Amino acid sequence: MAYSDKVLDHYHNPQNVGTLDKAKANVGTGLVGAPECGDVMRLQIEVDEATGLISDAKFKTFGCGSAIASSSLATEWLKGKTVDQALEIDNMDIVEELALPPVKIHCSVLAEDAIKAAINDYRVKNGMEALVEEKAHH
Amino acid sequence: MNGPQCRHFTMDLKLPIYLDNNATTPMDPRVLEAMLPYFTENFGNAASRNHSFGWVAEEAVDYAREQVAKLIGADPKEIIFTSGATEADNLAIKGVFEMYASKGNHIITLTTEHKAVLDTCKHVEKMGGEVTYLGVQQDGLVDLAELEAAIRPETILIAIMYGNNEVGVLQPVREIATLAKKHGILFFTDATQAVGKVPVDVLKDGIDLMAFSGHKMYGPKGVGAFYVRRKNPRVKVTAQMDGGGHERGMRSGTLNVPGIVGFGKACELCMQEMEQEAARLSKMRDRLEAGLMALEEAYVNGNTEHRLPHVANISFKYVEGEGLMMGFNKDIALSSGSACTSASLEPSYVLKALGLGDDLAHSSLRFGLGRFTTDEQIDFTINAVSKTVLKLREMSPLWEMWKEGVDLEKIEWAHH
Repeated sequence: MAYSDKVLDHYHNPQNVGTLDKAKANVGTGLVGAPECGDVMRLQIEVDEATGLISDAKFKTFGCGSAIASSSLATEWLKGKTVDQALEIDNMDIVEELALPPVKIHCSVLAEDAIKAAINDYRVKNGMEALVEEKAHH
Repeated sequence: MNGPQCRHFTMDLKLPIYLDNNATTPMDPRVLEAMLPYFTENFGNAASRNHSFGWVAEEAVDYAREQVAKLIGADPKEIIFTSGATEADNLAIKGVFEMYASKGNHIITLTTEHKAVLDTCKHVEKMGGEVTYLGVQQDGLVDLAELEAAIRPETILIAIMYGNNEVGVLQPVREIATLAKKHGILFFTDATQAVGKVPVDVLKDGIDLMAFSGHKMYGPKGVGAFYVRRKNPRVKVTAQMDGGGHERGMRSGTLNVPGIVGFGKACELCMQEMEQEAARLSKMRDRLEAGLMALEEAYVNGNTEHRLPHVANISFKYVEGEGLMMGFNKDIALSSGSACTSASLEPSYVLKALGLGDDLAHSSLRFGLGRFTTDEQIDFTINAVSKTVLKLREMSPLWEMWKEGVDLEKIEWAHH
């Protein structure tokens, strides 16, 4: 299987790899996937309380190149968005941007799940209602 | 970094490097040379008895049959040419099942066999056969006591491979053969990965039926052999391909003369060079392994004593195999036991049979060295794989958690 140039670029030059302090109230952390399934993503957002915008986003991913690329892309898209705007990121946008083949769609689903999990963590930490669990499009 | 990682690479290292010799091998130029005349001027049908074109072809096939037989200590009459090992596996299992139906219907095999054996056994089950799929020990070897316990009065065949294609372990073939003989059961072995790499002798090993292939030993694709013992006992199989009665009626179809000539030449070369070559390869493989085992949390899969000289299967914990290969696959060709490299989305069933968790199976790489592998290629590979493992671990949440002392087993993962 050949990878798209965009997947290769994110894989070789991943954006926003790292760790934010999960103890901070304005940091939301999402950990999704499972080692047995061959992919685990941890995605974190830091929200600027003054502006309500996501000021930083970091990821770490155990998985194939497409999983790494999906999470790298997700962190890029998250920065500068409000939390509500971030919720609108759809896995199919990731599929389209990275030209993922059908067998790799689950990587984009995982990235969307990771975004939602991180936002949820942020909301709960800050006394907001948890998101109604809405399964991403498989 | 220190050690081999610092080595300077010679400018003449040609990329990409091929380290997937368990999948297929490049053809030796000497083999090609032997084959060429049989495509053009010597194009005859080996079954044409009435003219020189046929005679020349037949003579070439006879010669190749001797070359093949010699490599495995067989009589040339015991060699049936097939299209490859898969066909020979089918012929052995289905052929014995049909031929010995009056004696019984039970076959014993291993869960770590190649799909060509496992799927053929599944087919036999549909035809009314009974098959026991024995698990293996953690090192990949069969437990002989367990094997003996699985034998029933209606057992007609034990089908156990010689050397495993994924982890390279060599089964205790002689002990299995002794057991089979003691119980009056036929012993079939798929020796595709072993013939030409380690000494295989059907008499000394006590093998009744055996499958192997040209393209795993620097010969052409599309040609293989099926060994069928003629004495002590005389073994018979029911043909699975009907037609002109070629190959003593066991495998009809016009013989692939150039392929067979190439296969014969490949066997001859292996016979001449195997001993030195096995020593060279195992030395290189050990160096590769030592270089990679310098990384933390790296594990060699399978028995390291009883194994093929050219195979190493290593799991690099906390990184995923396909992701790992992507770091160097423009320069190095090899395989992974990761699910992502297969259509099934399941990690390697062989590694799972060795008791590896899915996480370690997902993290495995198979290195298959060969006749054309060089020391420079091994150095390059150690360096490239090590660098990628380190880079991906910096990106791996599991690595970070492990480093922080988090027990990954205790986390409730959201399975998807």
